[in-house]
Amino acid sequence: MAATKSLIRSESGRVRRVVVVGGGLAGLMTVIKLCEAGVPVDLFSLVPVKRSHSVCAQGGINASVNTKGEGDSPQVHLEETVYGGDFLANQPPVKAMCDAAPSIVFMLDRMGVPFNRTPEGLLDFRRFGGTLFHRTAFAGATTGQQLLYALDEQVRRWETVDVEDDRGERVPGERMVRKLEWWEMIGLVTDDDGTCRGIVAQDLKTMSIVAFPGDAVCLATGGCGIVFGRSTNSIINTGTANSAAYQHGACYANGEFIQVHPTAIPGADKLRLISESVRGEGGRVWVPRDPREQRAGREVPESGRDYFLEEKYPGYGNLVPRDIASRELFKKCFHEKRGVYNRESQHNENEVYLDVTHLPRELLHKKLAGVLEIYEKFVGEDPYVNPMRVFPAVHYTMGGLWVDFDRAANGSLVMGSPRNQATSIPGLYACGEADYQYHGANRLGANSLLSCLWAGMVTGPAIASYRKNMARSAWDVPSSLFEKAEKREQKKFEAILGLSGDENPYNLHDELAQTMLVDCTIERHNPTLDKVLAKIEEIDERSRRIGVTDSTTGKMNQGAQHVRHLRNMVILARVIALGARNRDESRGAHFKPEFQQRDDASWLRTTMAFHQAGASGAHDGVRFARSVDYSLLGQRVEVKDDVDTTLVRPRPRKYETAGAASAAAKG
Amino acid sequence: MADDRRSRTIALKVKRQDGPGQPGYWHEFAVPWHPRMNVISALMEIQKNPVTTSGQKVTPVVWECVCLEEVCGSCTMRINGRVRQSCSALVDAIGRGDAPIVLEPMSKFPVVRDLVVDRSRMFEDLKRVKAWINLDGSHELGPGPRQSPESQEQTYPLSRCMTCGCCLEACPQVSASSDFIGPAALSQVRLFNLHPSGKMHASERLEAVMGEGGVEGCGKAQNCVEVCPKEIPLVDSIASVGRAATKHMLLGWLLK
Repeated sequence: MAATKSLIRSESGRVRRVVVVGGGLAGLMTVIKLCEAGVPVDLFSLVPVKRSHSVCAQGGINASVNTKGEGDSPQVHLEETVYGGDFLANQPPVKAMCDAAPSIVFMLDRMGVPFNRTPEGLLDFRRFGGTLFHRTAFAGATTGQQLLYALDEQVRRWETVDVEDDRGERVPGERMVRKLEWWEMIGLVTDDDGTCRGIVAQDLKTMSIVAFPGDAVCLATGGCGIVFGRSTNSIINTGTANSAAYQHGACYANGEFIQVHPTAIPGADKLRLISESVRGEGGRVWVPRDPREQRAGREVPESGRDYFLEEKYPGYGNLVPRDIASRELFKKCFHEKRGVYNRESQHNENEVYLDVTHLPRELLHKKLAGVLEIYEKFVGEDPYVNPMRVFPAVHYTMGGLWVDFDRAANGSLVMGSPRNQATSIPGLYACGEADYQYHGANRLGANSLLSCLWAGMVTGPAIASYRKNMARSAWDVPSSLFEKAEKREQKKFEAILGLSGDENPYNLHDELAQTMLVDCTIERHNPTLDKVLAKIEEIDERSRRIGVTDSTTGKMNQGAQHVRHLRNMVILARVIALGARNRDESRGAHFKPEFQQRDDASWLRTTMAFHQAGASGAHDGVRFARSVDYSLLGQRVEVKDDVDTTLVRPRPRKYETAGAASAAAKG
Repeated sequence: MADDRRSRTIALKVKRQDGPGQPGYWHEFAVPWHPRMNVISALMEIQKNPVTTSGQKVTPVVWECVCLEEVCGSCTMRINGRVRQSCSALVDAIGRGDAPIVLEPMSKFPVVRDLVVDRSRMFEDLKRVKAWINLDGSHELGPGPRQSPESQEQTYPLSRCMTCGCCLEACPQVSASSDFIGPAALSQVRLFNLHPSGKMHASERLEAVMGEGGVEGCGKAQNCVEVCPKEIPLVDSIASVGRAATKHMLLGWLLK
């Protein structure tokens, strides 16, 4: 393979950079790994990176360090993760992640993350869902924020480091990291061979649209919870970048798997998360035994309380995985009408109690203050005294861009292989919540911070090796390619600015979110899914008659930006709903009352979706495929939709029994 | 009574500015009230249907928000004259009878549009004070230094700074005519100088805040602690960094 002469400079003398989109944990980790490999980076982010959605992660990060002498190990972590995910995750990447977890937590510790400590000065670990072990390292109840800050600091340091050329001489004016904050990735640049050569991005302060070359592009742009409107997600989690890549031809996998978190605060603008760590530290879920209970939660005696999770799942109790806990809460409130009774409205609210009032105040303060503070600030009640009232909320996107992996002989990953985290578009990589790889049908709590960091650690070296072996740098591709892509996106944006129809884009989003939330989350019925799909088509149709709320040019324009996001969300909604409609089984977060069993014979496979643009006037469609076929560095790769279950053999989940999640773990 | 409240509207008076360096002007809006309503929900209503109380259709109000739970720092603005996050500003708690809720952008940073300001200077200041651990690399190097639970309890609150800008906004010493770095970055100096590895480079950070625009610029008004949403002990941080800087200066001078 003909490698270019310099890895730093293009033939025309420009510094060859890689593009990373997204400044959350996954993106920042990728940037750090690229810099350490000597690769200069352009880092794009919708918001200043320190404000990325990773800050919302509360409870902690999993790593089987086994400091409590319980017999935990990365092997048990692997087993419990794939069992929790109902066996839909490819196991080699999960194994590699679980094996690396202790060293990842140690790295964070060295970066200065203020993890809680044991009396001996070691890292403290707490319990989380789907396991009986103390496996979760934590910094109070704002772990995601603390991890993001640590990585943000390291990347800031790289912003001050000069690029060195192949002879080790400083390149004047060029730093290893160039941050483009308040820039939104709106499209990809691909060449005639279909290789990704960069992105088109929009400066959100001026709305000017510019194409940027990148030897490779990594999307670390998170999930798409805002498709469902109010969720635990940040307002920026529309999945718009993933949708753009999907529309450009990238395969989107397992779209139908959306995690609903059991405990969030109901709210009008957002459903604020109450971390699983609250239950990990001993918080208990209950409803009054009397459905017309008039007393306030704290006044209901022990005998009047139904601890329904503990009763039904004596093994894991309040720490059953999220898919199961959410379904139980939903059943209790929605089907049995046993939610907390509201004297004012005289009906049972969709709320259950999450109670920490029996726990010592000092423990709560040291380990959970960050999350209890959120409850207190937004509800106006003191959770140290009154049981909190919570209900499930859309939380995490298990599906995402399909990414490849290179399996090693020992069942782990071949580190540094350019196949790892590669999407079906050559030169385009994805990691973090934006990819589909690590969680199967249901993510275990405290595995998301881990998978973000791990995927970033894999993506950096994968891109470095891709870049080393690429025949021609993106920085040597004729500029006409970029000009064309720039014009294409400018035209699209001008079209949005010119929309003067009668449909309000915010109302359309509310309607989309409402149908997705009500009929495409915890319980899915085929007849209602058909209605959801019809509604999506209706919204798609109406979205062509939008009136843009702001048509000003040359300055920050959130109205026009929202129209773009809405359209991209409609397209992802279709992938989610169609995936759900097709999958006639129940697995993890995907539950169909008509098909309650997991059906491995038909459905132990990855859903692979490709965008089909509708001919003029017609709706867009989805093409579901049984394999992904792509070409990487001149080699054709074909990956079928089979799930690699070679390490832990699939078996039915039985969380009623303690230790069921791992053959090696009896608790 | 509950029904009365449900049909009630909330009045907002919003300072508008079309772009950087442009003149400001005011618009008033009325939006329907709902329980547990915060300022962001009110702004979302305006965004959907940007019509003023006098019936004028205007461009939607532009503001910044991300997490909506007061951990990202984005949605900071002046609300009824006081700087704070708009997500945690509950309408029922901040209302003043029939008087409108007044929203203005922070005044110590350049306005981008309406309520959005550019806080880049704060991130640049973090570079100046080298607010990071000098990591050898992200490869496997074993666990970090052991630390007592007490030291974690001291550093964790300092580490919760969201770079939201409240402390700079409230500080009388931070202004267009002064180059005072402000409380946030100074507190980060303290944070990293407390860390067992960060400490090894303490003098670099101290030197960055000695002299012009540094820790000496603090006028001890103590407004910063008053407005910090995370109750970070900023005054203690400034005092501690000030003492360390003085000591460093004297010792450094003696050693020369």
